[in-house]
Amino acid sequence: MKKITSKGLSPYRKNEIISYGIAILGFAVISVLRSLGMVSSSLQGQLVPICAYVIMAVSLNLVVGISGELSLGHAGFMSVGAYTGIVVSGIMGTMGAADPVRFFAAVIAGALAAGVAGFLIGIPVLRLRGDYLAIVTLAFGEIIKNIMNIVYAGIDENGFHISTKSDYGLSAEGRMLLNGPMGATQVDRISTFFYGFILVMVTLFVVQNILNSRQGRAIMACRDNRIASESIGLNVMKNKLMAFTVSSALAGMGGVLFGLNYSTLLPIKFNFNTSILILVFVVLGGLGNIWGSMIAAIVLTVLPEALRQFADYRMLVYAVVLIVVMIATYNPAIRSRVSAFAEKYLRRKKPDAAPAEGGAD
Amino acid sequence: MIFLTNLINGLSLGSVYAIIALGYTMVYGISKMLNFAHGDVIMVGAYISFCGTSYLGLPAWVSVVLAMAVCTALGIIIEGLAYRPLRGTGSLAVLITAIGVSYFLQNAALLIWGSAPKVFTSVFSGMGSSIRLFDGGLTVTWEAVFTLLIAILIMILMTMFTTRTKMGKAMRAVSEDNGAARLMGINVNSTISMTFAIGSALAAVAGVLLCSAYPALMPTTGAMPGIKAFTAAVFGGIGSIPGAMLGGILIGVIEVFGRAYISTELSDTIVFGVLIIVLLVKPTGLLGKKITEKV
Amino acid sequence: MKFKFKFNPNKKRYREDLVQGPIYDTYENYDESKPSIDYAVLPEREKETAPILETRGVGIDFGGLTAVDEFTITVGPTEIAGIIGPNGAGKTTIFNLLTKVYQPTRGTFFFDGQDTRGLNTTKMSELGVARTFQNIRLFDKLTVEENVKAAMHREINYGLLSGLIHGPKYRRQEKEAHEKALQLLSIFDMQDMANYRAGSLPYGAQRRLEIVRALATEPKLLLLDEPAAGMNPSETAELMNNIRKIRDTFRIAIILIEHDMSLVMNVCEDIAVLNFGRVIAKGTPKEIQSNPAVIEAYLGKKKEAK
Repeated sequence: MKKITSKGLSPYRKNEIISYGIAILGFAVISVLRSLGMVSSSLQGQLVPICAYVIMAVSLNLVVGISGELSLGHAGFMSVGAYTGIVVSGIMGTMGAADPVRFFAAVIAGALAAGVAGFLIGIPVLRLRGDYLAIVTLAFGEIIKNIMNIVYAGIDENGFHISTKSDYGLSAEGRMLLNGPMGATQVDRISTFFYGFILVMVTLFVVQNILNSRQGRAIMACRDNRIASESIGLNVMKNKLMAFTVSSALAGMGGVLFGLNYSTLLPIKFNFNTSILILVFVVLGGLGNIWGSMIAAIVLTVLPEALRQFADYRMLVYAVVLIVVMIATYNPAIRSRVSAFAEKYLRRKKPDAAPAEGGAD
Repeated sequence: MIFLTNLINGLSLGSVYAIIALGYTMVYGISKMLNFAHGDVIMVGAYISFCGTSYLGLPAWVSVVLAMAVCTALGIIIEGLAYRPLRGTGSLAVLITAIGVSYFLQNAALLIWGSAPKVFTSVFSGMGSSIRLFDGGLTVTWEAVFTLLIAILIMILMTMFTTRTKMGKAMRAVSEDNGAARLMGINVNSTISMTFAIGSALAAVAGVLLCSAYPALMPTTGAMPGIKAFTAAVFGGIGSIPGAMLGGILIGVIEVFGRAYISTELSDTIVFGVLIIVLLVKPTGLLGKKITEKV
Repeated sequence: MKFKFKFNPNKKRYREDLVQGPIYDTYENYDESKPSIDYAVLPEREKETAPILETRGVGIDFGGLTAVDEFTITVGPTEIAGIIGPNGAGKTTIFNLLTKVYQPTRGTFFFDGQDTRGLNTTKMSELGVARTFQNIRLFDKLTVEENVKAAMHREINYGLLSGLIHGPKYRRQEKEAHEKALQLLSIFDMQDMANYRAGSLPYGAQRRLEIVRALATEPKLLLLDEPAAGMNPSETAELMNNIRKIRDTFRIAIILIEHDMSLVMNVCEDIAVLNFGRVIAKGTPKEIQSNPAVIEAYLGKKKEAK
């Protein structure tokens, strides 16, 4: 048989290298700067949340960018992960487990819980399409938040208690873990930047490997053309459910990292606005573009701090920046002008061979 | 009697949702975008009306007209500056821009009026406190009565507008097929502007009615009712005017009954739960049309 | 009640089975008083073998409108058949019925001896029906190679875990699939485009890629919906050769819908002419060209096509 080879490098390789590169370089630079004492305390406090948001953005990209379904309830899965993680970490804390063991046990539990939630919610939700799917994911996000508002849990010498009532018989020496609308209290802050870095790498590994596999191709095929993908025998529902479940599990992981970074955590933290914020990272970074999501998550988390000089106006400026950047990125007239400019000065010869990069849906 | 009181409260809250949902549905129908800033236009309307009565000493009805005028202008400006440049680029880009507009309005309100809640004086306060029926066994507020009446009136006017007037027909043509409407000589830009104008004026009315019933006015006042109204629009079948009305009223009634009879904390869960069940049974909402993809 | 039709190789002449065999009794909708089947037209070499496809009185209504009615054809396992007819005659609807994008309102069809009632599009693909689309439906944001690989379920079947960690099974299957994808692309000399985005290909290449993607599912029956649309005469001539080449190498049946008469008359061994959703004539290209009903309905208006 004649051996036929294709020209050029798989376009995924390049993107994978960029994503891992950003994560490793970012971690290395920050670590060096920290050891030199050159990182401001406000940025210091943001390192773990940045990692959590990167995880959230990359995992949401799996649903919105790669699977092509608009989900507005990603923060709901984050909260499932966060509270599961807090409970597991709290229980293991009373048993005297070491911090890394506690942390990673919490991460696994949180990812599993959020993955199960995503699977169960995905079964009915993914039968809907487009904006209807968006509103139902929004509804589920709100429901999850609402339920977290009435969950009370604690641990004492009689074991673990969980209830929807505030007086659930926790003894005086017991340790309160979840306190209804007051959220999690007395959380041991065991998340570190290093753990965050590891989880970011895990997320990148999972999402990028899926992207470049049979499953990823099936998901993207269903996104690009549902009818054609059925005609070649792909099970659209199954593939979308798989993407949704994996994305939820990763969101749960991000939630654990986030939750174990604060001593108290209110359920309201995971409301609709947080889901929207993560969606903004994904859209701004480019649908399906993993490293774009990372950059957008980092920049937009740091931006409000960087806008400190605008004092009271900073959120207003943030909003304006968001609108202007969206228009500049997506407006057809501006886009064509930018690409004409690039054509003229950067000389692109080959037709665009990059997979699903940027671009509106 | 408590049941009746709850029903009336539900209908009244539902009417507010219905008016907001009407704006959502019209804008969605014509530009296929989820205008998440709509809820914040409600808040702006309420603040303008509040300023009219409290600072300028205007009569209640004048302040409402002022609020409608300001919101109409606001709607046109938002559409022209933020949404028009992104028309035809896919709904997601516009959605994020709408979120940007929402942030902008909330933070602008925060700068202008501060974060402390303003106590909104009901526009119906001049009419006496409430109507007492059955020897005081049933108390109905004027707000509830008028909200319901105004919602019904708006619904009738909007139906007549979209079916009888030239502008209304142009709107329906543009929602059906933007490109074909343009070829038929309809000015698509001005039609879309007009839709935003009407939707925003309705939002101002809704804001005033909402704050008359629930007087705490904050920069985030519009956010949750906005989401609920969006839910209502989808519930009734997005793009359908009677659907928005029906969806709004049902969501309001379910919310109030859920709070009264099941659980205060879980009332939102009940609302959203019902929405999910309805959509799973009827994926395009109660009165929505089924669209099949041509192969 | 489900009935599975198995062809009986002991019966010599297949056409007799069609008319008198016991299979008719099992169709709920079959009306014996008006047999809709005239004799199937099969190439001489296929007459002894089981057909790959036989449809029985298939019809579909949209609302009150009958789009296709009494559609009955038989296609041999290596036959190239054509469906022609004026615009709106229901040709694409037939492809949608054969791939179960629509379920037939009346009648049913047998594919490879199996009754297809109740099966969906995905299942039809598994059984071995592949198609192309009149308005091209590629996975635009995927590369050319990925478009082909997405269709290769028979080569690539590793599980989610393997896909996640890219284990040895992943590497082996992906490597094999990569080589096979390039082989398939080389049918149309497209292997150099493997890393281009499908959406960025020129129109003709997109049409060819659709055929390659369909072939990647290893079908037994390939449905081509206007494969020559938008092609110039020399491209059409090349396509003609390739259609024959595909049939000869893969030993599969092909049904094509086409408006280009030179292509249809040259390539097809058997043609059904459709008008207003009904088959008005069946036969070899020669028979069709001289059929007065066809000339009246269709060819009569297009003299140059003869």
